[in-house]
Amino acid sequence: MKKVFCLMLALCMVLALAACGGKTGDDPAPADTGSSAPADTGSDAQQPADAGGELISVGVINNDPNESGYRTANDAAMRATFNEENGYKATFYNNNDAAQQIATAQQMIQDEVDFLLLSPASTTGWDTVLQDAQAAGTQIILFDRMLEADESMYVAAVVSDMPAEGQTAVDWLAAQGLSEYNIIHIQGHMGSDAQLGRTGALDEKVAAEGSWNYVTQQTADWDEATARTITQSVIDSGKPFNVIYAENNGMARGAVAALDAAGITHGKDGDVIVMGFDSDKWAFEEVLAGRWNYMGLCNPLQADTVDSIIKDLMAGNAPAQKITYTPEQGFDCDTLTQADVDTYGT
Amino acid sequence: MQKGAVLEMRGICKYFPGVRALQDVDFTLRRGEIHALMGENGAGKSTLIKVLTGVYPKDGGEVHIEGVNGPAVIRSPQDAQNAGISTVYQEITLCPNLSVAENMYIGRTKGAVTNWRKMNSGAGKILESLGIPASPTQQLGTCSIAVQQMVAIARAVDMECKVLILDEPTSSLDEQEVQKLFGLMRDLRKKGVGILFVTHFLEQVYEVCDRITVLRDGQLVGEYVIEDLPRVKLVSKMLGKELDDMADIKGESGGASASRESAPVLEAQGLCSNAGIQPFDFSIRKGEVNGFTGLLGSGRSECVRAIFGADRVTGGTVKMDGKEARIKKPLDAMKRGIGYLPEDRKGDGIVGDLSVRENIILAYQVMKGFFRPISRAQAEAFADNYIQLLEIKTASADTPIKSLSGGNQQKCILARWLLTDPKYLILDEPTRGIDIGTKIEIQKLVLRLAEKGTSVTFISSEIDEMLRTCSRLIVMRDRKAVGELSGEDLTQTKIMATIAGGEE
Amino acid sequence: MMTPVKNPETKVKQPGESFFKRLIRQQLFIPFAALALLVIFNLAADPSFFAVTIKENSLGNPVLSGNIISVLDNASELVILAIGMTLVTASSGGQDISVGATMAIAGSVILRIACGGQVTADTLQAPLFLAVLAGIVATALFGAFNGTLVAYFKIQPMVATLIMFTAGRSIAAWINNNQLPIMNDISFKYAGTFLPGIPVPTPIFITAFVILVFWLVLRFTTLGLYTQSVGINANSSRLNGLDPQMIKLLTYVILGVCVAVAGFIRVSRSGSINYSRIAENIEMDAILAVALGGNALSGGKFNIYGSILGAYVIQFLTTTLYKYEVPSTALPAYKAVVVILLVVLSAPVVRSKMAGLRLQARAGSIAKEAK
Repeated sequence: MKKVFCLMLALCMVLALAACGGKTGDDPAPADTGSSAPADTGSDAQQPADAGGELISVGVINNDPNESGYRTANDAAMRATFNEENGYKATFYNNNDAAQQIATAQQMIQDEVDFLLLSPASTTGWDTVLQDAQAAGTQIILFDRMLEADESMYVAAVVSDMPAEGQTAVDWLAAQGLSEYNIIHIQGHMGSDAQLGRTGALDEKVAAEGSWNYVTQQTADWDEATARTITQSVIDSGKPFNVIYAENNGMARGAVAALDAAGITHGKDGDVIVMGFDSDKWAFEEVLAGRWNYMGLCNPLQADTVDSIIKDLMAGNAPAQKITYTPEQGFDCDTLTQADVDTYGT
Repeated sequence: MQKGAVLEMRGICKYFPGVRALQDVDFTLRRGEIHALMGENGAGKSTLIKVLTGVYPKDGGEVHIEGVNGPAVIRSPQDAQNAGISTVYQEITLCPNLSVAENMYIGRTKGAVTNWRKMNSGAGKILESLGIPASPTQQLGTCSIAVQQMVAIARAVDMECKVLILDEPTSSLDEQEVQKLFGLMRDLRKKGVGILFVTHFLEQVYEVCDRITVLRDGQLVGEYVIEDLPRVKLVSKMLGKELDDMADIKGESGGASASRESAPVLEAQGLCSNAGIQPFDFSIRKGEVNGFTGLLGSGRSECVRAIFGADRVTGGTVKMDGKEARIKKPLDAMKRGIGYLPEDRKGDGIVGDLSVRENIILAYQVMKGFFRPISRAQAEAFADNYIQLLEIKTASADTPIKSLSGGNQQKCILARWLLTDPKYLILDEPTRGIDIGTKIEIQKLVLRLAEKGTSVTFISSEIDEMLRTCSRLIVMRDRKAVGELSGEDLTQTKIMATIAGGEE
Repeated sequence: MMTPVKNPETKVKQPGESFFKRLIRQQLFIPFAALALLVIFNLAADPSFFAVTIKENSLGNPVLSGNIISVLDNASELVILAIGMTLVTASSGGQDISVGATMAIAGSVILRIACGGQVTADTLQAPLFLAVLAGIVATALFGAFNGTLVAYFKIQPMVATLIMFTAGRSIAAWINNNQLPIMNDISFKYAGTFLPGIPVPTPIFITAFVILVFWLVLRFTTLGLYTQSVGINANSSRLNGLDPQMIKLLTYVILGVCVAVAGFIRVSRSGSINYSRIAENIEMDAILAVALGGNALSGGKFNIYGSILGAYVIQFLTTTLYKYEVPSTALPAYKAVVVILLVVLSAPVVRSKMAGLRLQARAGSIAKEAK
C-alpha cells in the first residue's frame, strides 16, 4: 500500500516536472497558443490582411533555443512576430530531434493549421509530412534550414545562404594578404547546413593555395569548451598558427580564451586573426573593440520576411521567388560601426 | 583401491591465502553405505566436497573412483558428474517454474527436439521406483520443499551416479519430510550407491548412517563405524576436547536466576508494532536472562524488534530504570544501552564487504557519532581484543566478514554489541546454523554476562538451549504472548504444552 | 590514508593481511596501469608532450603552459564530480546521470546573479561569493530532490536522476529567461583561468582544495564507514543505529555541492554559458572515472582516490587524443574502448581467473613453506 502511494507520488512529481520543462521550450502545449477568442481588440485595431478579423493559424517547429545564441535570437524573433497582436494564432514547438519534430508536424497538420513554419533539424525524412500537408491543404514555409524535397512541396523558404557566407569570409581572409595562412579550423556540428557551407569555401581555398594550411581541422560541435580545448591542444603542441576560423561565435570565444591564457595576441594588430559567425551582439562588440578581426553575419531574423510572405499569400499573391535569402554580409574590425552593432546585433 | 570402495581420496590438500583448508585428508566411501562427514564450521567439510566435485582445484593428493584406472581428473562439476558423482545442495538449485520431469532432464537432453512423452514416462518410472509422491508433469514449485529435494535426488540418481553427495539436505525439512528422505536414502543404499551425508543434526547421523568421518581444522581425525562412536565421543572428537560443558552450564545457570530481586531494567506495557503482533507486556531485571519461545512465526522476533525499535512501534509504553523511554528507532534503543543481535545474520547482521574490524566497531562508532571517528589504532585494539576474547577465527581483522564461517560471523556481531557495553542485550537466534562448539561458547557467554549484571533476552528454536540459559520464558503463539513460565514450570513438557496451547 | 599502527607480532600472525593489502593495491592497479600506458605512449611518440614552459598571458602574468598543465587544468571539473559520484555510487548502488544538466543550472544561477540579470555585464553586479553560494544552494537542493527520490521513494538512481537529466537544461535556460548571459569582468574569470601573479591555473588549486576537504571529511568524520555500510547492507546499518535514507540523501546533497563547484569553474573559464552544450555528457565521464578507479558501480566499498585518479586518466586520454588530432567526435569511441576493457577486466569470470592465478602462486609458496 505504502509502495503504491510512493509510486503515485513520484509519478505526480515526474509529471509536474515534465510540464514545467515543457513551458521552457519542449512541449507543444497550448500554453503558447494564443487565445482562440474570435473577436479581440488587438486584431480589430490592427486588422490583418485576411478579411473577417479571423486569426491565421500557424504551427512553428524550430530547434532548441538553447542550442546557441543564434538560435535563441531566431526563436525569440519568431515568437515576437507570430502572436495575436500580429493576427496569428501560433503554436510553437522546439526540439533538436527530427523524429520529434516530424511527429509534432503531423499533429499540427491534423489540427488543420493554415501554415506550417518549419526549421527542420535534419534534411531528410520529411516526405510523409510534406505529402500529408499537401493533402490537408496546409502550406509549408521553410525558415532558416532547408530540407531535401522537390520545390513544389513547399511554398517558400527563407534561409541564410551558407555557402555565400563562407565564401565572403574566405574572400575577406584572402584580402588580408598574409604571406602564409596557418589555420585552426573549428567546425560546427558535422553535416549541418551551416557547417557544410562555411567549411566548403575554406576547404576549396586551402586545397587551391599552397600558402594556405590547416594546423588542425576539428569539430567542436558548436561547443565553446571543446573549441577552447582544441585550441589549447594546438598551443601546447607548439605548432605555429595565425588564423582561427571558428564556425560560430561561441567557438571563437572559446578559442580566444585559450589564446588569452597563453598570452597570444589576437584581433587588430595581433598575431592571430580571429573569425566568427552569427549575429550575437557581444561578438559584434568584440569585433568593434578590435579583439576579433571578422564576423560573418548570419541573420537569424527571418520572422519578418516569413510574415510578409504569409500576408502576401493570404492576399492571393504568390511570393516573388521560391527561396529568399536573408540579407547578410561580413564585418571586420576596421569597418564595423556602432550603428551596425545596433542594427544587426541580437 | 580398497575392496568395495567406490571413491577414495588420498592425501588431499587445499590452501587458501593464509589458511590451510585441507591437510592430507583421506576419505573412503564404500558401495552401499551412508557415510557422514562431520566437523565444526570451518573444519573443511565443504572444502572437501568442493574439491571432490571440481569446484576448487586441489593442491595435492589423489582421487580414485571405482572403474577408473589411475587418479581421476576432476576439473569441473561437469567432470564430476561424468565420473558418476552427483551432488544435492542445501539450497534447491532446480527451476521451480518448470515441471518435475523437465527439472530431472534439464541440461541432459541431446539435440534440439525433446521427446516429451518419453521424458515424462521416464521420469514417472524413476519417481515411482523411488517412491517420490510427485507427478512428472507437475510444476516443481507446487511441490513441498521435501519433494523438491527428493526430485533433486531423483535427478542425481537417474544420472546413474555411484556417489551421491547430500550437503545438509534436511535443514529446511520437517520431521515427516526428513523421514521420507531417509527412506529414499536407505533405498539407494540397497541399490549400491555410496552416499556422503553432511549434516549438523547429530540425531540424524545416528539414525541413518553407517560410518562417520570426522574432520577438524582441515585435518582428518578419523573414520569410525557408527556403533563404535557414541554421541558424546563424536562431539568431543569434533571439538577436540572432552565434553563436560553441558554440566558446566547447568551449574552456572543457577547464578542467573539469583538476580530475581534486582530492579527491572526495562518494562514494556502494551507494546505493539506494525509487524502485526498483539500488544504485550514485558519486563527484565538487572542480570536476568529471559527468553521468548514459540514456533517459527509465532511473533517472538517481532516482540524483541518492537523493544529495540527495529519495527515501527505503534503503541504501548516503555520504561527503562523506571523512567519513561521513547524508543522510535534503533539508535534510541542503543543510546539507552540496548543491543540487538538480529535473527537474520546475513540480511540484518553482518555488513558483508566490510572488514571484521569495521563490523565490530560499527555500532559503537554510530553511538559515538558522525564527527567522532574511532582512530584506526583504537579500532584495531578493539577488534584484536574481541577476536581473542571470543576466539574468532579469521585471517586478520582486515578480512571481509563475509568470508568467515557462520559461527565466526555471529561472534563478530556479538563482539559488536559487547563493545557498546550494553545494559540489556537481545539475542535473536544467535546459535542458528552454527556448530555445536560455538553454540556452547555463546551460551556460556550469555550466562557470564548475566553474572556481571547485563540483562539478556535470548531467543532460540532449540528449547534445550533456552532451558539451559533462561530463568524465565515468555511463550508466544499466533503473534500473542500466551504465557510466562519460570522456576519449577521450566520443563520441556510444560513449555511444549504452552506452545501447543493444550491446557486451554 | 592513515598509517596503520600495528605491532610486529600481529603482523606475523596474520599472513592473510598482506594479501588484503595487495587487494587494495589491486584496486588502484587498473587506473595506474592505464596512466602508465598513456605516459609510456606519449614518451615514445613525442617526449615534448611533457614539456612545460612559462609564457605570459594576455594580462601580462607569467603562466605555465603545456599538455600536462592542460590535463591537470581541464580535469578539474571531472575530478570534483567523480568525488561526489563515488559517494553516491557507494551509498545508493547507482549513479546520478543528471550532473551535466545540474552543472548547467549551477552555471546559470551563478551567471544570473553575477550579471544581475543583464545579458552582458562588464562588472560584477553582486559579490562573487554570493553568486557561488547561490549556485551551491541551488544544486544542493536539486541533489536533495534526486536523493529524496532515491532514498525515500526507492526509485532506481538512474531513473530518478533521469528527471533532472531531462529537465535540468531547460530549467537552466529558464533561470536566465532563455538568454545567454556573458560576464566580462576579469575577476569573475580568475577561478577558471589564472589569478594575477600566479602561474598555475586556478582550477588546479580549487581541485586540490576540494580533494583536501574530502580527505579531511573522510578522516575526521565517519562518512566513509557510514556510506559503505549503507551501500553494502542497508538493513544491518539501520539496526546499528544508522539512518540509511538520510545518509543516501546526504551523499546526493554532497554531489550537488560538487556539481556547483564544477559548474562555477566551467562558467568562469569563459564567463558565458550555453545551456544545451555546457558539460554535455560529463556524467558519463564521471561514472567512467568511478569505474576506472576500481569502484564497484553496484555500491558498497569505495576508494575515492581511485576515482580521482580515474578522472585524471580520462582527461589524459582526451588530451592525448586531441594532440594527435583525433576528431573530437571520435573521442567517445576511444572512451568506449576503455569501457569495454574495464568491463571485461572487472567481469567475475576474468576476476576469478586472475585471482586463481594469484592464489595458485600463493598456495604454491605456502605448500613449500609447509614442507
